[in-house]
Amino acid sequence: MPSEDVSHVAPAAQDSCRSCWLAVPGLLWLALFFLVPLVLVFAISFASRGTYGGIVWEFTWANYVDLLHPLYGKILGQSLWYATLTTAICFLLGFPLAYVIARSPARWQPVLLLLVMLPFWTNFLVRTYAWMIMLRHDGLANNLLLALGLITEPLELLYTPMAVVIGLVYGYLPFMVLPLYVAVERLDPVLVEAAWDLYASRWAVATRVVIPLTMPGIVGGCILVFIPSIGSFITPDLLGGARSMMIGNLIQHEYLVVRDWPLGSAVSFVLMAIVMAAVVLYYRQASPGDGPLEGR
Amino acid sequence: MKQRSLGLNAVSLLAMLFLYGPIIVLVLYSFNAAHLSMTWRGATLKWYAALVHDEALLAATANSLLIALVSTIGATGLGGLLALGMEQMPHRRQQLLEGGLVLPLVIPEVMMGVALMLLFVTVHVPLGLTTVILGHIVFNIPLVTIMIRTRLRKLDPVLREAAADLGADSWQVCRHVTLPLLRPAIWGAVLVAFTVSLDDFLVTFFTAGPGSTTLPLKVYSMIKSGVTPEINALSALLLVVSMIGVAASLYLQRREV
Amino acid sequence: MATFSTSPVSASGPSLSSTVPTIDIRAIVRHHGPVAAVDHVSFQVRRGEFFSILGPSGAGKTSVLRIVAGFEDPDAGDVLIDGRSMLGVPPNRRPVNLVFQSYALFPHLTVFENVAFGLRMRRVPAALIAEQVEQALAMVKLVGKERRKPAQLSGGEQQRVALARALVNKPAVVLLDEPLAALDQQLRQAMQVELKSIQEQAGLTCVCVTHHQEEAMMMSDRIAVMHQGRMWQVGTPRDVYENPRNLFVSRFLGVSNELPGRVDDVVEDGHLFHPADDQVPAFPVHAGSEASPGGSATWSIRPERLRMSRERPAGRDAVLNGFIEKVLFAGSETKYLVRVGRDRLWEARTTGAGESPHAPGDAVFLHWAPGDGRVFVE
Repeated sequence: MPSEDVSHVAPAAQDSCRSCWLAVPGLLWLALFFLVPLVLVFAISFASRGTYGGIVWEFTWANYVDLLHPLYGKILGQSLWYATLTTAICFLLGFPLAYVIARSPARWQPVLLLLVMLPFWTNFLVRTYAWMIMLRHDGLANNLLLALGLITEPLELLYTPMAVVIGLVYGYLPFMVLPLYVAVERLDPVLVEAAWDLYASRWAVATRVVIPLTMPGIVGGCILVFIPSIGSFITPDLLGGARSMMIGNLIQHEYLVVRDWPLGSAVSFVLMAIVMAAVVLYYRQASPGDGPLEGR
Repeated sequence: MKQRSLGLNAVSLLAMLFLYGPIIVLVLYSFNAAHLSMTWRGATLKWYAALVHDEALLAATANSLLIALVSTIGATGLGGLLALGMEQMPHRRQQLLEGGLVLPLVIPEVMMGVALMLLFVTVHVPLGLTTVILGHIVFNIPLVTIMIRTRLRKLDPVLREAAADLGADSWQVCRHVTLPLLRPAIWGAVLVAFTVSLDDFLVTFFTAGPGSTTLPLKVYSMIKSGVTPEINALSALLLVVSMIGVAASLYLQRREV
Repeated sequence: MATFSTSPVSASGPSLSSTVPTIDIRAIVRHHGPVAAVDHVSFQVRRGEFFSILGPSGAGKTSVLRIVAGFEDPDAGDVLIDGRSMLGVPPNRRPVNLVFQSYALFPHLTVFENVAFGLRMRRVPAALIAEQVEQALAMVKLVGKERRKPAQLSGGEQQRVALARALVNKPAVVLLDEPLAALDQQLRQAMQVELKSIQEQAGLTCVCVTHHQEEAMMMSDRIAVMHQGRMWQVGTPRDVYENPRNLFVSRFLGVSNELPGRVDDVVEDGHLFHPADDQVPAFPVHAGSEASPGGSATWSIRPERLRMSRERPAGRDAVLNGFIEKVLFAGSETKYLVRVGRDRLWEARTTGAGESPHAPGDAVFLHWAPGDGRVFVE
């Protein structure tokens, strides 16, 4: 009954906003403690640093120009590289996992999904610390490799770019699995059988049918992994050495160690620009029903 | 199909092992009697016992609980009302706000931390428990709002009409229909907000002052100053607590009515 | 259609105990955007009457119901309940209760609590609530299911809870929005009878919205036919069925075999109808006084009024010849599609057991008394 359904919507719009004011305190809070601070950071990124670390309110592009320095460029570059690598590895690990979960018996699916999500909800610091134990000089990874006879003396695993990427993959794999699961779950298995029936090889089934049809999930998952990876701080801080710094560490360094707030602010905004670009990309491709990024 | 599943299953198993291996190792080693080595020297509870006698740790725990409690109450109130208020707005504005609400969740936490720190320093508010709580409420509001909205949208608007038709005024509709139906979502949101606040490191890191050290800050400084068996025990405890919190929250949200 | 002749509804409707109608709708208008969903609709419902608003999807009938319930305000016109204007009165202060199409049972409350909801909102003492809820549940035969949640009930039981939840409040009017639409065919027919008997037993005044013409005719004292926001005819089921005011009403209430043409020539006690199809000869009709000779019109007859025979009948009946195109056996009756003139397919019926007397391809004569058909002037 298309036209009669209209009447169900109409009254809500009619006496609209009778209790809209309920939203005001929360919005005010977010404006005051989220938007205002961001604006402040933005403003400070165009100020300059005082002699003793304070802020001199004179408009300047200098901070953004400073960022062109090779040192900062290198940090920016390796941040992008680590995040991209993390995203790729998450996809390679996450796709089979999502596929298996989506094709398992219906009553097992929520349980398996919960298993994937559960580590994600535990303390990030603790999870990263767990990898410090694994990758230490005398950690489990080295012991295992030694026992298998693959190496004769312990490798330097901790405080390397590899450790950072492992930590990031570990931290954000669930972000890849969830959207992929949704996409695979929606994929009608009959389509795979049809491709099979039409002489497609396994590889062809994957590349010609499964991957194109789950593309929204793939793109969504990749962006969801990329966003927190590029802005991470704890992982490179604990697992990376001084040479595997990422943007997050640079920001912290500028603010708390060097106390160059204007430069730190400029770095922050470069990071924010990258993240916002990814968010916009995400919403462009997300279908309306998928909902926003729920969880952190 | 069989052949294909084999490879997929192997990778999945690997991924699951990857997810749980480090956690299991960490928990196991929290019972290891050896002091600094990874070699197994028998099971002991002495590291757990040591935690109980660490005054600084207990103080940090108290801080963490206080911050989590107050920020959860604040965020549930503000975020819940925000969800209810948004419901009445025109559709376009709802979509706009929904997009905006995601911002605090996707923005890098480092940036949120430094931004809040700058604000407090600029207006000369001394960093301490209060500033940490203010900050935690900021990232918890969107979490609460999104969770409650998800439930609100599943509610049949006809139920509220039915209540009005049966003589309920708008307060009674809210009290007897909307709130009871939202209750699982509200409790779910409370648990998530509490867990997230308890686990937060970065925003706390930038907004805490002397005397407002929380458990994650304490863990961080312990890790930074050298690995000790107590951290293993503490980490294992934190793992268990957040897992229970989240499992309970998921259970509440999944339960119909 | 077989049920029609055994319909228990009397043509006059129940007698009035009071001169003030329970519901008095005066020329209400309601726009949804530029479209008038409800266009100057007026009607009255008497106490104890079962009144149905019948119409296709999008006719505006649900809007009328929601205006009476108070969920929508009319842009113009007035709604009076027991003589009191309801304009500006919110739904929770109106003496009407709605049985929602989806039932709208509160999923977090038990059957008892659902039924008690309205009484609790009005702060009726607990002892009284228990008693009245039990009475209501007894009326809908749900005693013993008080502590179930709605999700644990069958569709039919949920429907009964929704009904009990409305009538326990002893409203001046019970509003029913497609009350049986969600039930399957057999349950639906059983509930039609039951709903009607509950209504009669409790003396309820009901306004029911439905798109199901048979259901409306079986349950109602009076029917209003609505289309494109307007009410085209109000009357008893028999009156509306037998004497539809226009082609829409005629077609909506049942099969209408039609012939376009014009009314002409006064013959003895009536007119002659000239079909536009020159292969069909003219025949006598009883046209109403509004039929001006020469004007184009459509003539229509119900299938059960058509008689069919192999031999040309004698007497004063109007007669047409046709060919059986299809024979459709439907159990209690047999339907025939008969080709008439160049391109008309008419439906005729025979009831009763035994072999069908006609087969496809048979030439038959269709005949009827001049008063059996209706002329609609365009």
